[in-house]
Amino acid sequence: MCLSIPAQVISIQGDTATVSFAGNQYQAGLHMLNDVKEGDYVLLHAGFAIQKISDQEARETLELLREMGELD
Amino acid sequence: MKYMDEYRDRTLIAGLTKKIRARAGRFYTFMEVCGGHTMAIHKFGLPWLLPSTIRLKSGPGCPVCVTDQSYVDRAVAYAEMEEVVVCTYGDLLRVPGTSASLYDKRGEGCDVRVVYSLLEALRIAREESSRMVVFLGIGFETTAPGSAVGILEAEQEGLDNFCLLSAHKRMPPAMEAVASDAGQLDGFICPGHVSTITGMGIYEDLPRLYGMGCVISGFEPTDMLESILLLVEQMEAGRPEVAIQYKRAVRPEGNLKARALMDQVFQHGDDTWRGLGVLPDSGLRIRPEYARYDAEQRIPVEVGPARENAGCICGEILKGQKEPSECPLFATSCTPVHPVGACMVSSEGACQAYYKYRRYA
Ligand code: SF4
Repeated sequence: MCLSIPAQVISIQGDTATVSFAGNQYQAGLHMLNDVKEGDYVLLHAGFAIQKISDQEARETLELLREMGELD
Repeated sequence: MKYMDEYRDRTLIAGLTKKIRARAGRFYTFMEVCGGHTMAIHKFGLPWLLPSTIRLKSGPGCPVCVTDQSYVDRAVAYAEMEEVVVCTYGDLLRVPGTSASLYDKRGEGCDVRVVYSLLEALRIAREESSRMVVFLGIGFETTAPGSAVGILEAEQEGLDNFCLLSAHKRMPPAMEAVASDAGQLDGFICPGHVSTITGMGIYEDLPRLYGMGCVISGFEPTDMLESILLLVEQMEAGRPEVAIQYKRAVRPEGNLKARALMDQVFQHGDDTWRGLGVLPDSGLRIRPEYARYDAEQRIPVEVGPARENAGCICGEILKGQKEPSECPLFATSCTPVHPVGACMVSSEGACQAYYKYRRYA
């Protein structure tokens, strides 16, 4: 139950969004976030979007990992 | 999900394990606090990839597992009431109480409904206006803000037949209890999604008071290996500190809006944890202003003394003192289909993780 999944926002209706993960759609309460847009990735936890996932940070972490690999 | 494959890339995994092996100048024991990490670690076979210098222990971060037996007994007592609908997350359903589980009660015809979100419980309350909906609010700082939203929505709507039985808990007091108790831990792989809400500040005392490294980690194999590498590097340099590896989902200050919602509805109070006993200020209790939505105030119930299942060593496992394989009931009389203890019921419990991924090891 404590697992959170990274889901993409498909559409927004008031304080609820329809999000999609691995081909399935879910409803996500947006009460804890500001400025969520269609296309954003959010972490879905027990029916609420608890954070936006930063695309930039996701890429930077990967780059860092790759660089660490190359240093060997 | 975008990038998922990259975070599972074999070359990156191999590079990280090689680096951990090279950097670790002594034996290290780290605890993954969160049940989600326990599951992921076993799913991806990290214990086999890591050098023998690194030992991982699972900790007290599986919400269903640490939920005290008397809470289950109380939930069962509500289920027995004719006028009550009990709404619960699925994981709690099969946790054995002293006399029965919620699953048993449902089989006897009690109205116990599994919901995926608290918003569903609110919907049920709107539809069944002549009955009382009791929502079982369990989980750490990740789940508590959602419960706060539910209570605030109910208040705003004037929805009077909804209340919440809070077993919400705060992570840091349990980590401190384990840190001072176990004594041989070198660092924590800190829970990723608790930190998404709270930020990094809640772990500050652990490096300072206990000399332990703290890295907030994501859940993919490269995330967890990078976190272990960061912990090794901190300890080798003699500079334990709080660091964030899971930067794509954790900001240093956490989610301020969610934190504000949680603080508006809940206050800190003593709470009982399976295995760890009563920990001061470790619980999130509903503030007196919202007593109408507090099941304990609204429908007081008396339950007898809780009795744990004889032979189950869940408590010691949650403290990192024993492994599931040391339990005589493991994979014999205790299995996910017939669980004896909470650590086998929960999909994030250490016993279920071992059963699923390591039974034949
Ligand atoms: S294997 Fe079953 S009985 Fe043994 S500690 Fe785990 S949950 Fe308890």
